[in-house]
Amino acid sequence: MRITQGTFSYLPDLTDQEITGQLGYALRQGWALSVEFTDDPHPRNNYWDMWGLPMFDLPDAAGVLHEIHRCRRAYPDSYIRVSAYDSRQGRQTVALSFLVNRPAIEPGLRPV
Amino acid sequence: MTDRWSAGVLHYAEMGYWQPDYVPKPTDLLAAFRVTPQPGVPPEEAGAAVAGESSTATWTVVWTDRLTAYDHYQGKCYSVEPVPGRQDQYIARIAYDLDLFEEGSIANLSSSIIGNVFGFKAIKALRLEDMRIPPHYAKTFQGPAHGIVMEREYLNKFGRPLLGATVKPKLGLSARNYGRVVYEALRGGLDFTKDDENINSQPFMRWRDRFGHCMEAVSKAEAETGEVKGHYMNVTAATMEDMYERADFARQLGSVIVMIDLTVGYTAIQSMARWARRNGVLLHLHRAGHSTYTRQKEHGVSFRVIAKWMRLAGVDHLHAGTVVGKLEGDPNTVAGFYQTLRCDRAEPDPVRGLYFEQDWASMPAVMPVASGGIHAGQMHQLLHYLGEDVILQFGGGTIGHPLGIAAGATANRVAVEAMIKARNEGRDLMAEGPDVLRAAAGHSRELDVALETWGDVTFTFASTDTPDVIPDVTPVPTGA
Repeated sequence: MRITQGTFSYLPDLTDQEITGQLGYALRQGWALSVEFTDDPHPRNNYWDMWGLPMFDLPDAAGVLHEIHRCRRAYPDSYIRVSAYDSRQGRQTVALSFLVNRPAIEPGLRPV
Repeated sequence: MTDRWSAGVLHYAEMGYWQPDYVPKPTDLLAAFRVTPQPGVPPEEAGAAVAGESSTATWTVVWTDRLTAYDHYQGKCYSVEPVPGRQDQYIARIAYDLDLFEEGSIANLSSSIIGNVFGFKAIKALRLEDMRIPPHYAKTFQGPAHGIVMEREYLNKFGRPLLGATVKPKLGLSARNYGRVVYEALRGGLDFTKDDENINSQPFMRWRDRFGHCMEAVSKAEAETGEVKGHYMNVTAATMEDMYERADFARQLGSVIVMIDLTVGYTAIQSMARWARRNGVLLHLHRAGHSTYTRQKEHGVSFRVIAKWMRLAGVDHLHAGTVVGKLEGDPNTVAGFYQTLRCDRAEPDPVRGLYFEQDWASMPAVMPVASGGIHAGQMHQLLHYLGEDVILQFGGGTIGHPLGIAAGATANRVAVEAMIKARNEGRDLMAEGPDVLRAAAGHSRELDVALETWGDVTFTFASTDTPDVIPDVTPVPTGA
C-alpha cells in the first residue's frame, strides 16, 4: 500500500532532477532544509529520525541532494522525507515536506 | 452651548457627531459606512446621524447627557467623501472610543455598530464597509482556536492547499450511505469531507448515527493512506447544550474537526471557539445566510467585516469565496477577504476594498475555504487567486466524477500536487496551467476524465460586490 503523506505523493516518485527543482525553490524562499527517515509512517508519528541537523547554512541544492543520497544508502528500506522550515515570525513551521524514498514493499497500516 | 442643550429634535452634526478636524487615536475603533442619505439630507448630517445612532444619541436632546463626559463617548464622524461614480452615496468614516465596547464580545460590538442605525429614517440605505479593530481591542478576544500554522502541524500537511468536498446530495442520505461518500472521497485523496450547512439531525439521518458512520470512514481512509483525515461534523443545533453534546461526542470518536453555521449567532460561535481551543478540535464555520446582508453594495454589512469579526470570535475555517466558482466573488474583493483572514498586518488598499490598516498583533490566521462550483480544470486559477493557505472544496467536482467518488478525489489531488510542483519549478501558472494539467493527466486517468468532463465549465457573471475605485466589473477569468 502506498503511503500518501507529503506534498507530492499522488505524482510519480520524483527524479533527482525534480527533487533538485523543489530544493531550489525552498532555498530561494530562505527556508532551511532537513532530511528525516523512519520505518514507522503512522500518521501520528511526527518525529522521524533526523539525518543530522537542519541545514541552516547550506545554500546549495546539490549539497542537500548529496545528503539525501547518503541517507538513502544508509536506510534504503526506510521512508525518507525532505522538509523545508520557514522561520519567519508568524510561520515558524514546516513550509514544504515531501517523500524522497520509500521501502520496496510498503507494509501499510490497519485501522486504529 | 445654549443651542446644544435646547430641547427638541437633534441636529446630529451640530451636536458634536460631525468633527471634520478630529484625528483618530491609535486606540479608536474605526468604521467606514456607505451612506445614501434621503433627498435633502446633507451628507455630513447623515454621517453624523450614523455616528450618533451607533453611539450615544437618541432622536431628541436629553438633559441626562450632561451627567456624562459625553464628548468622550460620542461617535465622531471625521470624514465624508462621495463614492466615485455613484450618485448620492458617500463613505462616512467614524471613530469610536474603546470605552464604548465590552472586551471580547462580538455581540456587544455588533449591537453597538449595527444595532439600530440601519433602520434610521433619514438614511435611505447604509452599508458597513470595513472596520479597523485596534490591537488594544483585538487582544481582548481569544482569536482562532488553532489557526493555520497549528492546523497544518496537527494534520501534518504542508506546502499545498488542502482539499475537501461537501457530501452530496446534501439531504436524504442514510447514515450508512453518507459514510460511504466520506470514505470514498477521503481514500481517493481528499483531506477533508464536510457536512453541509443544513445537515443537522433530521428524520432521515440523526446526528449520532451520522457521526458514527463518518468516523468509521475517516479511520479506514487514514489507515489506507497513512494520512490524517477529517470530516467536518456539523454540530449546529437549537441550543448550546445540544451543540456541546454533539461536539463532545465527535471529540470522543476522535474527530479532528467540528463545524458550526453562522446562523447559530455570534455568542454561540464564541462559545464553540472556546470549546474548540479547550478540546483541541478544529472549528469550521460555514457562512450560512451571509448573502442576505453582504451581497448588495447599497445596504448591509460587507463580508470583510464579518471575516474580521469571525477571526476575533475564534473560528479556524471560514468560507471566503472562490473567484472562479458558481457563487458571488469579484477577484479583488475576494483577495481583500483572504487578506483579512490570513495576514498579520494589512495596509489600506482601496482596490481590494480595504478602507483601513489592520494590525492583528500576532493573532493566528483563519484558513479560508473556497467552495461552490469549482473543479480540477481550474486548479491553476485557484492557486493564482487564492494561494496556498486555503481549503479547496470540490463537492460536485468530486462526487460527480464519471469513474466514481474516489476517482474524483484523486483527480483533484493529482491536479493540485502537479500545479504546486510546477509553480515551485518557476513555471507561469496562468499561462501554462492548462499544459501542466494535461501533462499530469498523462499519468492519471482520473484527472484525464475530470478534464474531459468539466474542462470547459465556467461561471461568467458580473459580480455585484465590487470595489469602487476601479471599473465595476473586474474581468472574470474564462476558460480552463
